Amino acid sequence: MADKLILELVTPYKMVLSDTVDEVIAPGVIGELGILPGHTPLLTTLNVGELTYKKGTEIFHVAVNWGYLEVEENKVSVLVETAEPADDIDLNRAEAALGRAEQALKTLSSEQKDFTIMKAALDRALVRIQVAQKKAVK
Amino acid sequence: MPSLKDIKKRISSVKNTQQITKAMKMVAAAKLRRAQDAAVQARPYAEKLSSVLGNLASREGTEGHDLLVQREKRRALLIVLTADRGLCGGFNANVSKGAERFVRENPEGFSDIDLMIVGRKGNDYLKRREGLSIAKVYENITGSINYSTASLLGQEVVDLYNEEKYDGVFVIYNAFQSAMTQIVTTEQILPIKPSIPTEESAGDAKIDYIYEPSRGGVLELILPKFIEVQIFSSLLESVASEHGARMSAMDSASRNAKDMIGKLTLQYNRARQAAITKELMEIISGSESIK
Repeated sequence: MADKLILELVTPYKMVLSDTVDEVIAPGVIGELGILPGHTPLLTTLNVGELTYKKGTEIFHVAVNWGYLEVEENKVSVLVETAEPADDIDLNRAEAALGRAEQALKTLSSEQKDFTIMKAALDRALVRIQVAQKKAVK
Repeated sequence: MPSLKDIKKRISSVKNTQQITKAMKMVAAAKLRRAQDAAVQARPYAEKLSSVLGNLASREGTEGHDLLVQREKRRALLIVLTADRGLCGGFNANVSKGAERFVRENPEGFSDIDLMIVGRKGNDYLKRREGLSIAKVYENITGSINYSTASLLGQEVVDLYNEEKYDGVFVIYNAFQSAMTQIVTTEQILPIKPSIPTEESAGDAKIDYIYEPSRGGVLELILPKFIEVQIFSSLLESVASEHGARMSAMDSASRNAKDMIGKLTLQYNRARQAAITKELMEIISGSESIK
């Protein structure tokens, strides 16, 4: 049995990542899930969240915006709308986006259509900040 | 016979035009490269999604999902992807004519076909034709294609389909073959026809998946996404084709201008020579008569 996973991270714009890794932790729709080599075939939807993968001793974080994850014979394909590696995130911009989303949410009630949009923006900003801060600690 | 001055004027005006067409060609070439890159980079995502969907559909069967089932064929929607700007050879005309033909010949046997037009040029042409019903027009969105544009379009189409306003959705666009050739292509995007993997390739992948949250739930979410991706990739192809078409149109325009300048210069030199000869003749015959 192979003891490595092939991770492919794809967005509509480009293939973000294609690498051999040891472990993947993804934000599944019903909770975080960790994938190790030898996992059963799996297909799941992903939430807005943080995808983490380990390669040797190094740990990488990527902010993803919801999509799908497929595991098939040690191959993990992740299809997401956006994927931002921690190094690419502009913390100031993310914080500004968070502020905007918070402001907008105060004025909206939960029935309005914009509410869900702004809520999603808020989630994205939060995840981005979270991921970016991890980079700083590393 | 035009005078020397007239010809000179002509030459300089053709030269000006040539400069413009040359510049446009260069711009189109640069934009083509970018559009082509975008189209190529978008491909893995579309392929992945299509294979995931194919796998899923082959296990799940198509029943019970509105987006997969062919309803009674009443109304169809045809999305026509054109450009906002002209000067790109037959690009807009080809796809507009293709759309018109699709409506008139109606190969899929719908009782009614509406058009949804993307791009100003397509609208300019199709609104003047008789017997076509245009449901919606989008202009100025092909300048910068991003995924959210496609996703908005996709959602709208899915909504219309779910409301049973339309029972089929097609897209017609210029598929990018090379900078020189674009092929007008019609694709059915709704109901979705998943590419079911063949027995051979599916043989070892027949292991049952774990689905989270559930099989139906995953399929439910993946289907609209698939539409968005299809629209996104046809938009990208269309934009790449547009720049390719413009580049080759401008290239041949520049070449024509060069030929024309050559001809005009020849004419100019002939006229100049004729004038000189005439003057010489006059001088000679003048001096002859004094003798």
